[in-house]
Amino acid sequence: MKADIVIVGGGPAGLAAAIAAAKEDNTLDILILERDHELGGILNQCIHNGFGLHTFNEELTGPEYAARFESQLDELGIRYMLDTMVLDVSSNSVTAVNSKEGVFTVECGAVVLCMGCRERPRGALNIPGLRPAGVFTAGTAQRLVNIEGYMPGKEVVILGSGDIGLIMARRMTLEGAKVKAVCELMPYSGGLKRNIVQCLDDFDIPLLLSHTVIDIKGKERVTSVVIAEVDERAKPIPGTEQEISCDTLLLSCGLIPENELSREAGVEINPATNGPVVNESFETSIPGVFACGNVLHVHDLVDYVSEESGRAGRSAARYVKNKGNGSGPVIKVKNGAGVRYTVPSSVRTSELEGDLIIRFRSGGVYRDSYIDVLFDGVSKIHRRKPIITPGEMEQVILKNEDLEQAPSEILIRITEN
Amino acid sequence: MEKRELTCINCPMGCRITVTMQGDDIISVEGNTCKRGYLYACNEVRTPVRTVTTTIRVEGGEVDRISCKTKEPVPKEKIFEVMEAVNKASCRAPVAIGDVLIPDCAGTGIPVVATKAVSPA
Repeated sequence: MKADIVIVGGGPAGLAAAIAAAKEDNTLDILILERDHELGGILNQCIHNGFGLHTFNEELTGPEYAARFESQLDELGIRYMLDTMVLDVSSNSVTAVNSKEGVFTVECGAVVLCMGCRERPRGALNIPGLRPAGVFTAGTAQRLVNIEGYMPGKEVVILGSGDIGLIMARRMTLEGAKVKAVCELMPYSGGLKRNIVQCLDDFDIPLLLSHTVIDIKGKERVTSVVIAEVDERAKPIPGTEQEISCDTLLLSCGLIPENELSREAGVEINPATNGPVVNESFETSIPGVFACGNVLHVHDLVDYVSEESGRAGRSAARYVKNKGNGSGPVIKVKNGAGVRYTVPSSVRTSELEGDLIIRFRSGGVYRDSYIDVLFDGVSKIHRRKPIITPGEMEQVILKNEDLEQAPSEILIRITEN
Repeated sequence: MEKRELTCINCPMGCRITVTMQGDDIISVEGNTCKRGYLYACNEVRTPVRTVTTTIRVEGGEVDRISCKTKEPVPKEKIFEVMEAVNKASCRAPVAIGDVLIPDCAGTGIPVVATKAVSPA
């Protein structure tokens, strides 16, 4: 089998990348490989609204947002294969398997990695206690309730205040469950403010900051969990334990980009994001292999996924058309104080489409501080921000004409007042 | 005089806003740091509304359940009545996105519409 561009994964990133590549060059043969039985990825189970404010200027639910992209895909005649699992990726071939074709290899000119991310499961959290039924990740519960129509429990405690956990606190409550508490290990929530208000406060669900689950009880099914307050080093404080009876524990404790294929292919991974290191074109350390969406770094807004993936798709199309990359000076993007990572981490000015957006996350909560951008040590941007939190992605936009001065290094840091 | 405590949702600041009310009249809004916070607080104490998103049973479709939403936000105190009405209802495939599934849900005057398409089985 042959294709010009193979896209691994048909969620929001894969859909946007495929559409943008086809619009860049409509002669290209693009193939999406998706392991589920429908396109749309995680959007299918995200039935709440709030998607698309940046892309379509209206609030859509997840399935509606996906459907808009799917109809563009059909109009452009882009090929896709469902129920197909990719096994191996290189810069010029992708090997996959499904029950019709068996194992097959697609030879291609470029690959876009759009595998998304998955939730951190109980096994990765080291929660002590027994192993009864009734412990789910929040995303698994979301799929059970919203797609399968099955309620995983009646009395619920949620560990972790990420957005999926908050959304599920509301969803379970609406369907008649009693959500007794949301515990968050950190002294702040990683979820969006809007979700804390509309998913917890609206239903009087307590958010217990600096709390964690220290024991799970129950033989066949969860009967209770023991929670405790933690100190600054996240250690449980003796004497603060309280037992909460419940039949279900949901875990919303972080998302991990799903990079098994990328690692196997030899793509360089950034330890701060667990995603590939990419340049301005969203190209990884392997020429012709691009990455976008949550496989690259975990986003809080799908609109940003679509936008970045469009860039990745156009870059892949140009790579195939030009049979390779432009060469030119490379600017390193470094993260300074308070900045955990930046995407991209290098920039070739010759390949810029226009202004450059650099996205990043902070390592902590900063009030009344400044975002600083320095070109070779010289201040270029000094912008005041009332608040910066790890839960909300930040960005700086660098003007194309400023980058023509081609510094050798761009440093982004947070300066406290 | 009644005091209402709110958390603003417009930005990550999450200002704690205190609204002082005399009956239906707003006497003062304190704690907000911008105009958006003021407007949010006024709307939230006068007419709080929410869009309800949930799922509905499908008969004769390739799946048994699809997602749906209230086409417009409904009064906050009507959320659970809307849920009850949707959980009692069902629809018949085929359904397209935007199809009206319940014309006037729980006396709100607001329809419930499909947010996912389903083909017949």
